[in-house]
Formats: sequence, structure tokens, C-alpha cells
Amino acid sequence: MRNLTYIKTAAASAAAFALLGAAPAFAAVDSETAYVLNTFSFLVNGALVMWMAAGFAMLESGLVRSKNTATICLKNIALYSVAGITFYLIGYNLMYMDVTGYIGSFSPFWAPDDAEALAGTFSDGGYSASSDWFFQMVFVATAASIVSGALAERIKLWSFLLFVVLLTAIIYPIQGSWVWGGGWLSEMGFSDYAGSTLVHSVGGWAALTGAIILGARKGKYTSDGRVNPIPGANLPLATLGAFILWIGWFGFNGGSVLALGSAASAIEMANVFANTNMAAAGGVIAAMIVTQIMYKKVDLTLALNGAIGGLVSITAEPADPTIGMAILIGAVGGVIVVFAVPLLDKLKIDDVVGAIPAHLFCGIWGTIAVAISDPEATFVAQLTGIIAIGAFVIVLSTVFWLILKFTIGIRASEEDEVQGLDKAELGLEAYPEFGQGSQSF
Amino acid sequence: MKLVMAVIKPFKLDEVRDALTSIGVDGLTATEVKGYGRQKGHTEIYRGAEYAISFLPKIKIEVAVKEDLAERVVEAIASAAKTGQIGDGKIFVFDLMNVVRIRTGETDADAL
Repeated sequence: MRNLTYIKTAAASAAAFALLGAAPAFAAVDSETAYVLNTFSFLVNGALVMWMAAGFAMLESGLVRSKNTATICLKNIALYSVAGITFYLIGYNLMYMDVTGYIGSFSPFWAPDDAEALAGTFSDGGYSASSDWFFQMVFVATAASIVSGALAERIKLWSFLLFVVLLTAIIYPIQGSWVWGGGWLSEMGFSDYAGSTLVHSVGGWAALTGAIILGARKGKYTSDGRVNPIPGANLPLATLGAFILWIGWFGFNGGSVLALGSAASAIEMANVFANTNMAAAGGVIAAMIVTQIMYKKVDLTLALNGAIGGLVSITAEPADPTIGMAILIGAVGGVIVVFAVPLLDKLKIDDVVGAIPAHLFCGIWGTIAVAISDPEATFVAQLTGIIAIGAFVIVLSTVFWLILKFTIGIRASEEDEVQGLDKAELGLEAYPEFGQGSQSF
Repeated sequence: MKLVMAVIKPFKLDEVRDALTSIGVDGLTATEVKGYGRQKGHTEIYRGAEYAISFLPKIKIEVAVKEDLAERVVEAIASAAKTGQIGDGKIFVFDLMNVVRIRTGETDADAL
């Protein structure tokens, strides 16, 4: 995702090529082949990222109660579709076209322009326009997915989708332009490889403001201040969701190399795959150990969150760390998740799936960790990016949530919440033949 | 006639059924129930927060038998359902007034 990567990579491979002279084993591929490989990388990795939408859908389905399962499934496929349409309508141009430092162009309806390539001219590190659009589009959807899980089981469907429109059309593209669009944060040296801050924290901040304004699920916190856990309906589904997210993340981080047209970029992508995997592994093991020590039992759902926390943590810089370092960065993410979940409960912020700890808190940690693993990054630039983007998303999403709250309303009625949103909003049940289902007896 | 009702640990159902079959009981009704006695409930933990389960899952069985078999039925259930741990359950014996087999219209002992 970072727009400087391929230039750096191309320069490195050119330097290596120059040093080794005309050694055939290191001959660079011709520019058309590189163009094809770059495009291929965007498409395949982008399709992997798209699959993360399925991961979020399963994770969230598993962690809500069965009376809200169909609604959360619908929200996930709807938000993915909304994100694509808004990114086509204005999002992509707002993020990448003629970025002036703080914002791109408001010109609507993105369309691919591949005239140069079709005429046989291939720039260094080139790729087809639609492959890039597709790859960027699936990232927006990821940010929106984060919000749906945190606010599950009590938000109105259409209000949620309207917020997704605002998030994907306005909030995400504008802050994205500051970094990946070449705006002011990238100029000051802020580095976020695949989006610990730009994607995950943005989704996390929007989820946090939403969770505060929306309020907790009925019965989650008792009047005397105790937490009343609401266990998820299906932990195998939640586990499948975490695994799907894990595999999708190879596309998320791997594709963010933004090139596959040289051995150097292929090596970088391979390193990113390895580091991404090991950070998730570190997150799981850390979460397991900490929950065993703290609660005398291993908590599966926190181990799943630990995997995601580890993945988010490595996302800001998955190329530079050694594998050992990647495991540690992920492990810290896993520990953050385990401590942040009860902390949010203390504050009475009801996050159904643990999206805020895993995506927001680990996103912040991962972005800071870049300054440890990448000698070119500075703490000042990293913190500036975290604070600036955080402030921007908090303010805008708070305004949007409040507008929605005082116009069409965002909270389902108490009766609908008790009955379950499946029956109230969709008029159906996810499991009519099981448990309390209408067809079960 | 007696109606023997017992609340037992769910995993003991098969052993109890076998024990009853071996002493000549050829009818049994089982229901999934929830309840608690001296065992009380237990706690579970989800995402770092403990919560109490006050009602534990149990199986309730009901057996209608002739007077002379009742005592052996109670013994059979008591020995088959026993683990020695708290929460093994209880057996209740009631007098049974009338029985009708719906298919044939037979009544009382003939209907058992």
C-alpha cells in the first residue's frame, strides 16, 4: 500500500543488477512481464483480502447470539457491497487522485485508464489501473467490517449501512490520502505498510465512537457494576472466521508490497508472508498463556482475538522485522487484547467481538513498533500519524453517529433487541429448526 | 402401582436404562431438565468475565411399575446412577392411581 515501496524495491533491484553486471541469472524481466506480474499480484492478493469479509462474517456470526446471526451475516455482505460502490463513486479519487496534501479530488465515478499500457508503453513498476482499484477497494471494506462486529446485536441495519457509506466514502479516503495518496503524513515520514493505522485503527476508532454513542447491549452490565457475559452462539464458526482472516491477511500484507515484477519484490513478499504468519502465531500463544495465568483457564475467543491482534500489529511493517521480531510484535498484540477486553468492560463499552482491542489498540501498537523495526521510521512521525488520524476519525465519526442518532435513530427498540434482530428486522431466523427455533417442535 | 421419578446426571442415562431393562422394566420416559440441589450451580468464564450457571442440566426419568417391582427399580437406579460425587441426583416414588394404554383401552396393571 505505501506508495514508496515499489520505487524503493525497483531501485534496489536496479542497483543489484548494476553490481552484478549482465549475469543472466539476475537479468530483470522485461517491463511488460513485470507489468503482468504486478497486476497478477494485485488481483490474487486482492481476492485474498476480499475473503477476509467472509472471515469477519464468520467470526461475528460465532460471537453473537443465534437470534442475531442472520442479521450479522446480512450486514457483512451488505457492507462489503456498499464499500465497493462508494469507493467507485468518490472514494478512490478522493484518496488517490491529485492529492494536495490533505485531500484528493472530489470528481465522481472512477474509471480505469490503461491507454499507455495498451499502446505498449510500460512504466517502471506499472500495473493495470483496475487491479490497483480492486486491491484498494477491498481494504476499505475491511475497515467497515471492523465496525459491524463491535456494534452487533443492537444497531439498526439501515442506520449501520448509512454509517458505512459515510465511513467508506468520506472518512477512510480522506485520511488515506494523507499517507497512501502521498499527502502530508507521508511527506513527514509516517510509515504504515499495509494499514495498522489507516485501515485497522480507522475501523477501530469508528467502532469505539459508535459503541459509546450506541450503548451496551441490554443486560450486559448490571446496575451494581458487574459484567454479565453474553456468550457467543457458535465457537467453531468464530474459529473458522479467525482462520479465514489469517489466510486473507497474506493478501492484505503480501499484496501491499505493490509489486511482483522482480526477484527483490518476490523476496519481500515472501518475507511479508512469513512475518505475517508468525506474528499471528505469537498473538495466539501470548493470549493463551496470559489467559491461563489470569483466569486459570485458556479462553478460546481471546486466543482468536490474539491471532487478529498479532496480525494487526505486524501490518504496519511486515517486511523489515526478522521472524523472531515478528513473533514478538504479534505476541505483544496478543497481550494487549487480553488486557483491553476487560478494560473496555470496566468502562461499560460493549464490544461484542473484541474489534476495538484487536484492531484499534493493536493498530496503535503496530504503528509505533515500526519505529523499532524500521530504522527509517521515527517515533515522532509515527505518533503524529496515529494522533492526527485518530483525532480526524473520532471527530468525524462522532458527528456522523450523532446525526444518525438524532435523525433516523441507531438503536433497535428494547423489544426488538430482546426478540432478536433476525425476527425484528429480517423476519426470519438463522436456525428455525434448532433450539428455540419456531420449527423445532 | 408406583411411579418412580428420578433426576440423574445426563451421562448416566444409558447405564440406568440398561439396569432397568435387566430387571424387567420395559418402558421409560426421559426428559432433559435443569435444576440444582446441594451441588448448586457452577461458574463459567467468557472473555475474562465469570458468570454463574445456577441451573445445571440433568435428565429426569419416569418409570411406572407394579407395586412389587418398585423397590428393585429404586435400587437399580440408585446403583446405576451413582458416582459418589455431589450432584448424582434424587429418586422420588409416588403412588400411581390409574394407567390407561391408549391403543387398546387396557387399564392399570394390564396397561403397564
